[in-house]
Amino acid sequence: MLETLDRLTVAELLARWPFVSQFLAEHGIEVGDDQSLTVADALSKGGAAGSLNATLSGLSDFISEMEQFLGTDEDTIREITILGGRDKSGQPEPVAEITVKVGEVICLVGPTGSGKSRLLADIEWVAQGDTPTGRSIRLNGQVPDGKWRTSSEHKLVAQLSQNMNFVMDLTVLEFLKLHAESRQVADPEQKIQHIGEWANKLAGEPFTLDTPVTSLSGGQSRALMIADTAVLSRSPVVLIDEIENAGIDRQEALSILIQQEKIVLMATHDPILALLGDRRVVLRNGAMNMVVAPSEAEHANLEQLRQLDARLMSLRHRLRQGERLDEI
Amino acid sequence: MRFVTVSGPPSSGKTSIILKTLAHLRQDDSKVGVVKFDCLATEDDELYRKHGIPVRKGLAGALCPDHYFVSNVQECVQWGLEQGLDLLVSESAGLCNRCSPHIRQVTAVCVIDNLSGIGTPKKIGPMLKAADQVVITKGDIVSQAEREVFAARVHLVNPKARILHVNGITGQGSFELSTLWNAGEETATVEGKTLRFSMPAALCSYCLGETRIGAAYQMGNVRKMDLQAGKEVGDDA
Repeated sequence: MLETLDRLTVAELLARWPFVSQFLAEHGIEVGDDQSLTVADALSKGGAAGSLNATLSGLSDFISEMEQFLGTDEDTIREITILGGRDKSGQPEPVAEITVKVGEVICLVGPTGSGKSRLLADIEWVAQGDTPTGRSIRLNGQVPDGKWRTSSEHKLVAQLSQNMNFVMDLTVLEFLKLHAESRQVADPEQKIQHIGEWANKLAGEPFTLDTPVTSLSGGQSRALMIADTAVLSRSPVVLIDEIENAGIDRQEALSILIQQEKIVLMATHDPILALLGDRRVVLRNGAMNMVVAPSEAEHANLEQLRQLDARLMSLRHRLRQGERLDEI
Repeated sequence: MRFVTVSGPPSSGKTSIILKTLAHLRQDDSKVGVVKFDCLATEDDELYRKHGIPVRKGLAGALCPDHYFVSNVQECVQWGLEQGLDLLVSESAGLCNRCSPHIRQVTAVCVIDNLSGIGTPKKIGPMLKAADQVVITKGDIVSQAEREVFAARVHLVNPKARILHVNGITGQGSFELSTLWNAGEETATVEGKTLRFSMPAALCSYCLGETRIGAAYQMGNVRKMDLQAGKEVGDDA
């Protein structure tokens, strides 16, 4: 790989391995810089410390390590396309096609029974016009390989919901080791450390790796589940069913999943979460009814919503301290 | 008629999974029926009836439930044919972990839940090992990591099986399961077909109703633990 890497342009490199942006940034190349330069030229220009060859070989190692973690090259899902089918009355689905790329957060909104679970099930089963909705799924623009449906090693969707709990009688460290083993990942110790750090960053209250998973608080559990799914789960799509508004940094949680090249689908009716999404899909009568991108005005309102939220949180805090809420 | 044998530990969600899965087949105007096997009592037959599904129940009573199953299964298949069913499901509850009702050339399903502990796939034995499809339930209440670890353990025990996550409450995954059931082989009879795994050996005095304890009352196929060696006989089974 070393021979060919340096001749690729930065743009080609990024298109093929989006995760190298972190690596390049570490070596003085910003994604905004001229991307038509070859990697070798850009690295020399960026004034990378040490020899060019050492940096290139580092880049090569970084890519193979990341690929190993993300599955082999052909398994790397860069985008998922949902081709619309029909609603519960048999009418054509208003959204005929939607493509979601890695690093995107899509919110699913709609009343109970509007078809959120079915949409998810269609993705999970890699529907090919053979489910009640008649939808078809494309991976990287292609008709998917059958293994996505049959193999237990290749599951498209990982799920996180509010009802989920840890049930194993293990410490955080033992638990993560077990998960890493079952996934046969390279360098498990480092990944476990990583998960621990991230989970602690997400959870307001810190915890150590020797805490039993069953005695983590709600926020800590959710934080650990998100960090663990981001790092150790191979599934490219993560479905989140709301993230509770207590004891966890929700924006940071989303950004961790995005950094790990996940496609995030989030069923939520929380205004703040919904506005954090890149787009939202409105479901109605079993169909994707429309796709909405947050408007300028909505983005502007996000700050106000955050302030409202912070006020509510502070009232909760006061209640917890035994105070009265005569004045708010 | 297609025939599907469903087994699994108690309370793993067999009945819910069967109801959700059959609902999809009935939507396509398939005629479906169920035979429920249990040991001492069951009210699941009422549940099936409430959903308008023809059902027969068999209680093993004093007999070994596995032997009872295999002695009656051909008649059950006959009943299904007489009812003009497109698909017959047998649901076996109360089996010991030594056993499996699975028959060669008949779709074999094992239902097992995420809450039962990661040691369970190894402990369950033939009803999991000999299954074509393993349905894992209660995935909505445990973490993603535990689901992955549990599925990996199932995969180690039975690498050939299709592993499906099905939610017995919402039915998520049941449509997909129904397509697999529909794709099974036609079964005109199970006469002459063979079990995938032999039934437990029996015929000691307790099989014949003995209740008193002690060597003096034990006759026939009796095996003693070796307590001195510190290792249970049969540990390797």
